Amino acid sequence: MTKSSVIQVPPKGGFSFDLSRRNAMLQQQGAKLPKYRKTGTTIVGLVYKDGVILGADTRATEGEIVCDKNCEKIHYLAPNIYCCGAGTAADTENVTDMVSSQLALHRYATGRDSRVVTALTMIKTHLFRYQGHVSAALVLGGVDVTGPHLHAIYPHGSTDTLPFATMGSGSLAAMSVFESRYKENLTREEGMEIVSAAICAGIFNDLGSGSNVDLCIITKEGKEYLRNYQQPNPRSYTRSKGYDFMNGYTAVLSTQIRQLRQHVQVLEGDRMDEE
Amino acid sequence: MRSWKLAKMSMVFAPRLAESAPTSHVGASWSPYDNNGGTCVAIAGADYCVIAADTRMSTGFSILTRDYSKIHHITEKCVLASSGFQADVRSLQKNLDARHQIYQHQHSKQMSCPAMAQLLSNTLYYKRFFPYYSFNVLGGLDNEGKGCVYTYDAVGSYERSGYSSQGSGQTLIMPVLDNQLKSASPLVLPPRESSTPLTESEAVDLIKDTFASAAERDIYTGDGVEIVIINKEGIRRETMALKRD
Repeated sequence: MTKSSVIQVPPKGGFSFDLSRRNAMLQQQGAKLPKYRKTGTTIVGLVYKDGVILGADTRATEGEIVCDKNCEKIHYLAPNIYCCGAGTAADTENVTDMVSSQLALHRYATGRDSRVVTALTMIKTHLFRYQGHVSAALVLGGVDVTGPHLHAIYPHGSTDTLPFATMGSGSLAAMSVFESRYKENLTREEGMEIVSAAICAGIFNDLGSGSNVDLCIITKEGKEYLRNYQQPNPRSYTRSKGYDFMNGYTAVLSTQIRQLRQHVQVLEGDRMDEE
Repeated sequence: MRSWKLAKMSMVFAPRLAESAPTSHVGASWSPYDNNGGTCVAIAGADYCVIAADTRMSTGFSILTRDYSKIHHITEKCVLASSGFQADVRSLQKNLDARHQIYQHQHSKQMSCPAMAQLLSNTLYYKRFFPYYSFNVLGGLDNEGKGCVYTYDAVGSYERSGYSSQGSGQTLIMPVLDNQLKSASPLVLPPRESSTPLTESEAVDLIKDTFASAAERDIYTGDGVEIVIINKEGIRRETMALKRD
């Protein structure tokens, strides 16, 4: 009567889902999970005659409240590669920072400029390993020795290679502009105009997107990051009287004054070497 | 052998472990409600009442229209602003209109604002178990000509106060009104005036600014704001544009 015993072997690799199970159990018991800061978002990219143009709106939401009216959604990956991010803000920022560092190390190791497909493969293998739990939907674009490239990357790790791409909650509004106006071999001005129009369509028709338009134009010569290229949403009204809070507006219950001078020691030292 | 028999007995007598917690309630596949968003505000003064609501109607992350009025004139001295599910709001408005018509036939006069306030409360509570998804603010002049504002929840609990806001931007606007208007709590004794000491134009200025601020941070508030001012001269209407993003 030997008891068949199961030896618990710790998993060797991959993602451990224990905490996901714990979260589901807590939620069933009534605990509220914290809201993630998402980027609602409209992000787009298109390939034109000389390279790639990326565009993004600048609104970050926490549920239905705007938590940042002017955030940056176009992230640096390499001097010739940039990436727009939609989805959970922490996920997009950390994935792009991580891959940017990996690409820099790769450049030092190989002695060559980074290629867009390298960034693409690094990102997609990371996202696939996390089975979609890293909620990052990205539009990756850049110009390398093989030419201009544009890719759309989905949270589960699949990718599309496209001449024009949109992601985020405003992607349908933006795609409608692209589908009606895109053609091959656009000039720089035409490309910028179409990208801004697509982002504006997202800003005005999607409630998850808003505020300003950011653009990034990448060519083989270099990049041009146009932060707040358009600001079509100024504040509509400000009270003429202003808000005045005089002393005594809030009741002061007690006052304690301490002289910090007695507790602070000033030490002289050498200046730090400047590099 | 013995150990095996014991094991068998324990299997018979040991209580079956309770089933894991009852399976959670399977969610309904369909909800009769939708939230069309929007914010309503009202401020009562010594001899005026200002009621305002934004003009955006939305569903999910899309805008249905930028130009929808959430304000309904029920009587000459009484105006209802409602946010929430606009189909239920429309049904509620028609219900109140019908009841008001009957009152006018029976009493040969219009309903006063406090009377309409009570009627609205009863109408909402009547549907306590399938509520009107409507967050209401009733504003007007009372029998003495002073401004009055009544604020409601979805099932009819109401209170007269000096100012109020309801809807998706309520939590953004209410603290600003509390700070600027400092109305006394109804629990304070002796009872203080519940109207606020701003002039009519100052109240309108404050409302425009609070809506502009709410439109910055609330995605469901924007496009435009409709402001209705009731005073002894009658009812006046103003509009102002808000951010459309």
